[in-house]
Amino acid sequence: MARPKLAVWKFASCDGCQLTLLNCEDELIPLAGQVEIAYFPEATRAVVEGPYDLSLVEGSITTPSDLERIQDIRAASRRLITIGACATSGGIQALRNFADVEEFRSVVYAHPEYVETLDRSTPIAAHVAVDYELRGCPVDRHQLLEVLAAELQGRPPRISRHSVCVECKRRGNVCVTVAHGTPCLGPVTQAGCGALCPAFDRGCYGCFGPQDTPNATSLITRLRAHGMDEGQVLRVFRTFNAASEVFLRAGEQAQEQAQAGRDAQEVDR
Amino acid sequence: MNHKLTDGGHVMHVGTLARVEGEGAMHIEMRDGRVTDVQLRIYEPPRFYEGFLRGRAWTEPPDITARICGICPVAYQMSACWAIEDACGVSVPEAIRQLRRLLYCGEWIESHALHVYLLHAPDFLGYDGAIELAADHPAVVETGLRLKKAGNQLMTVVGGRSIHPINVRVGGFHRMPRVSELRALRPVLEQALEDALATVRLVSGFDFPDMEQPYEYVALRPEVGYPIEEGRVVTSGSHDFEVRDFPAHIDEFQVPHSHALHARLDGGARGPYVVGPLARYTLNHDRLGDLARNAASEAGLGPVCRNPFRSIIVRAVELVEAVAEALRIIDGWSDGSAPSVAVPPRAGEGYGASEAPRGILFHRYVLDEDGTILDAQIVPPTSQNQAGIEADLKALVETWTDLDDHALQHRCEHAIRNYDPCISCATHFLDLTVGRS
Repeated sequence: MARPKLAVWKFASCDGCQLTLLNCEDELIPLAGQVEIAYFPEATRAVVEGPYDLSLVEGSITTPSDLERIQDIRAASRRLITIGACATSGGIQALRNFADVEEFRSVVYAHPEYVETLDRSTPIAAHVAVDYELRGCPVDRHQLLEVLAAELQGRPPRISRHSVCVECKRRGNVCVTVAHGTPCLGPVTQAGCGALCPAFDRGCYGCFGPQDTPNATSLITRLRAHGMDEGQVLRVFRTFNAASEVFLRAGEQAQEQAQAGRDAQEVDR
Repeated sequence: MNHKLTDGGHVMHVGTLARVEGEGAMHIEMRDGRVTDVQLRIYEPPRFYEGFLRGRAWTEPPDITARICGICPVAYQMSACWAIEDACGVSVPEAIRQLRRLLYCGEWIESHALHVYLLHAPDFLGYDGAIELAADHPAVVETGLRLKKAGNQLMTVVGGRSIHPINVRVGGFHRMPRVSELRALRPVLEQALEDALATVRLVSGFDFPDMEQPYEYVALRPEVGYPIEEGRVVTSGSHDFEVRDFPAHIDEFQVPHSHALHARLDGGARGPYVVGPLARYTLNHDRLGDLARNAASEAGLGPVCRNPFRSIIVRAVELVEAVAEALRIIDGWSDGSAPSVAVPPRAGEGYGASEAPRGILFHRYVLDEDGTILDAQIVPPTSQNQAGIEADLKALVETWTDLDDHALQHRCEHAIRNYDPCISCATHFLDLTVGRS
């Protein structure tokens, strides 16, 4: 039987998620025996024509040509899986969605007219049907291998959607919020990293995006009680998954609170 | 892709360069054996980091700028920390400096092993990529992957993970590793040292095209040791300046064919300048440890290396240096130092530079009194090397006129990979087209 054809595609991103595939040092060569690496420019000059059985897509849609390219990739792919915060939520470059991209372009480039860009950074699923989204900034190596194994075996991947808190308990971490009053996004953030930040004595900063049943409103109260001002609350939600629905709304809520605070000060005066 | 122009010219174009980090292309036009145009086209879409850093807090650049590059996030974190600490008038104690150097060694090992074995060696050995190479030479690729894994393991212990480490903060680290955790890495690093020495022997046996380029080299030079995480800026033109004077000597400008800004030294009067392994090695050969210096000498490298194709040997020598440094730091580590110092914000401007695997990475921030970032400037190594890469391509096409289009195109791609270009970094980069008549 012919091996399934694997393609790896890149849009706006840091290369970190496809590097995660190359970081599977012990599994890379066996994997190449299981699948035919048909298109992966970061790893090989060889190109095998599509269609492809499985496409992994890294990065977000940010240019007019991206809009066309993702349609071609979808049409050439039997299954399409997005990997990482950029591909699943628009990534950190989605911070442009809250600003004037013209101003950004002129801050970075003396001749902004040479640079073609869209005014928003959007996830792949906003443009084409996606068969599975793997979260993380970057994706976790073990989760990536699980997704690939599941695809080869024709079963759904075993990826938990619960919060980082559950991973903290499993790992035996002391809760940084309860024990040290450190603000932490763990309660609203999806597991997958292995509760890394709390294990290093810092609060989670949400790089895996929202978990499946988050209560951001309650967490904002906690973050404020632990000393974050409105600006800090806004910024902590507006980083690597700024445009994902839950973090987007949490950011707006923080902004409203900031405005209400300013209004109240105004009344006091 | 190669085609004739109606005016008798000839174009060589590679639309997607392979085995580079990020998206770029090459376009070369020739008429009567002369190169009339060379463009390293960087079409990787811009992400506007310098734009959205404005308005963020002074504590945020290490986590945010790490996301510029998945291959060298530590470089971004370190340059950012130095720059913010400089702006706030804070200097960090020796233990934190040592740990920064250790984490950075992990990144050099991971990044150089990736480039030497997976991206560059296939050019010398005639393969499309490392997977194809592994089919015929499994032991070679296994050595490379084992080295790369050692770098990643070191980064994971110190930084939490190898891509976008989470343990770095302005002022130091969130948590100090314990002696027991670092000592546990010793067997892995001892094997890595053997593998790194074997790498120098392997790559020094490759065939290298004759090519010497006259560029001014620019690299850091610290008070002691080989430049990794900090240093003053020195050049092969005998210039020597503080990191804070970087903007006075190096200015960036935009060309229509690239999303990455080009850079020039002192107005470009002395031609292109180059950063990275060749520059670091040539300007700091005296600073290599005994193991790395002896390995270089056995590989036939003198104190100066001006052949870009030999950069693979220099990277291998730097692998030896990075592993030996990591072992030295681990052996000297003791428990009990504070993981960070306070960095209270103040209004001002700060400058930071470190040696990313690909060369000098410069950061500059302007802060207001509450620590809000008013302005940010990031000058990555690949941007600075674009002019040198284009000049190499021009020299190469005009020298090897006897090569057929297919062989010439491959050699041009190889020449680009000499610089291990990181296009994701540079965009704020790369497409190959060659034309000739």
